[in-house]
Amino acid sequence: MSHNGLCRRIIPCLDVAGGRTVKGVNFSNLRDIGDPVELAQRYEEEGADELMFLDISATHEERKTVFDLVERVAYKLSIPFTVGGGISNLSDVERLLNCGAEKVSVNSSAVKRPELVSEIAFACGSQCCVVAIDARMRKDTDKEDPIWDVLVQGGRQNTGLDAFAWAQKCVENGAGEILLTSWDRDGTQDGFDLKLTRKFSDGLPIPVIASGGASGPGSFIEVFQEGHADAALAATIFHDGMWTVQKLKDEVKKAKIAVRV
Amino acid sequence: MVEAIDVVEIGAGNIGSVKRCLEMLDIRYQVVNATNPPTGDMPLLLPGVGAFGPVMDHLRKDRLDERLVDLVKNGTPYLGICIGMQILFDSSEEAKNTRGLGLVSGVVRKFQDGKVPQIGWNNIEISPSLNGKNTAHFPEEGYVYFVNSYYPDPAVKENVLYYADYYVRFCAAVAHKNITAFQFHPEKSGKFGKELLKRWIDSVT
Repeated sequence: MSHNGLCRRIIPCLDVAGGRTVKGVNFSNLRDIGDPVELAQRYEEEGADELMFLDISATHEERKTVFDLVERVAYKLSIPFTVGGGISNLSDVERLLNCGAEKVSVNSSAVKRPELVSEIAFACGSQCCVVAIDARMRKDTDKEDPIWDVLVQGGRQNTGLDAFAWAQKCVENGAGEILLTSWDRDGTQDGFDLKLTRKFSDGLPIPVIASGGASGPGSFIEVFQEGHADAALAATIFHDGMWTVQKLKDEVKKAKIAVRV
Repeated sequence: MVEAIDVVEIGAGNIGSVKRCLEMLDIRYQVVNATNPPTGDMPLLLPGVGAFGPVMDHLRKDRLDERLVDLVKNGTPYLGICIGMQILFDSSEEAKNTRGLGLVSGVVRKFQDGKVPQIGWNNIEISPSLNGKNTAHFPEEGYVYFVNSYYPDPAVKENVLYYADYYVRFCAAVAHKNITAFQFHPEKSGKFGKELLKRWIDSVT
């Protein structure tokens, strides 16, 4: 078999609300940390492979600003970016793609109405349809071969759905990628959940983006080597300046993992 | 500075990213389609994410396929991106009963291994058998962004401009007479992608 030259991707994530980049703890005490366009450009300069914009706007008024933001970002960025958060219908998807997003990510709205995934895949192609899954290990599950539940509404509601079965259904419906967030690790900086990531990445025919728990380069090296992730996403370690994308990628490359540097 | 580029609307949607990229490069362009067809005075750029069958159907419905073939055969420079590359070939495994434009001989095949589509950055390397046809002075190698389930397999290997590896060594770009085509997305490939576009534009003006 021929060599595979495809690189593992490192994806900074920006939380946005009302057209600004925000940061907070558990969606409360949001703090404005600047212009998303400037931050996005900085990440591209540093070598980010893609960007993720997660719209956490609380109000309808705030949410409307996302289209304008996407358009402004698209005029400054020449790497692909995904927009997620609060997307519930095809017309919003088409508008975001027209504004310049490469992909959209759907989460709670897809759980509520799984046909949304097939509608997006049919109208716009699987390649632009990312399904975000927030997974938390089920209590009393077999720790050797665990089951994870799907959480929705920013983790506030447990659907009781088996996350892997849900991911398989999304693939059948035409999802192009899975953004898999470990709710057990999110915000902990304890490293990605390797068992979770590996189960999904090995078991699904589409790329899996690992999320939740990123710390230093070691966590990325692990999630690529042992978790078999196709891509890994992080927010805090980049926002807080602990690591630049470039320095992180240099370290990952030293571990003989294919990254774009 | 180039006078203008004709960006051909091929019914595949989302030509926005290419338009924005040309604006960033300060290149003037106009959008051409069935109602405002290309004349051949300007180089043609065919971008787009889409499927082989529907795109060819769309072009045939408006007889834009014949127009494109005539113009390219008469020497108008053509740059195809992604589906704009695949339709240059004779046929595709994506739509077995649909003929392509047949401007470059060969077929479009589906990836057999790995996750499909291929999504992400892959390294392209210039073909050693290009026979000095690199008139646009494209760089030796670099990382570019791919989103593809299918890849072109040209009948004449000397037409390959760049190779890349995804469980199979595949043709990532072709250069044949006045035709250049990229399977990847230069408009999404950072500085390197912009450089590729710029070199093509410089070479055709």
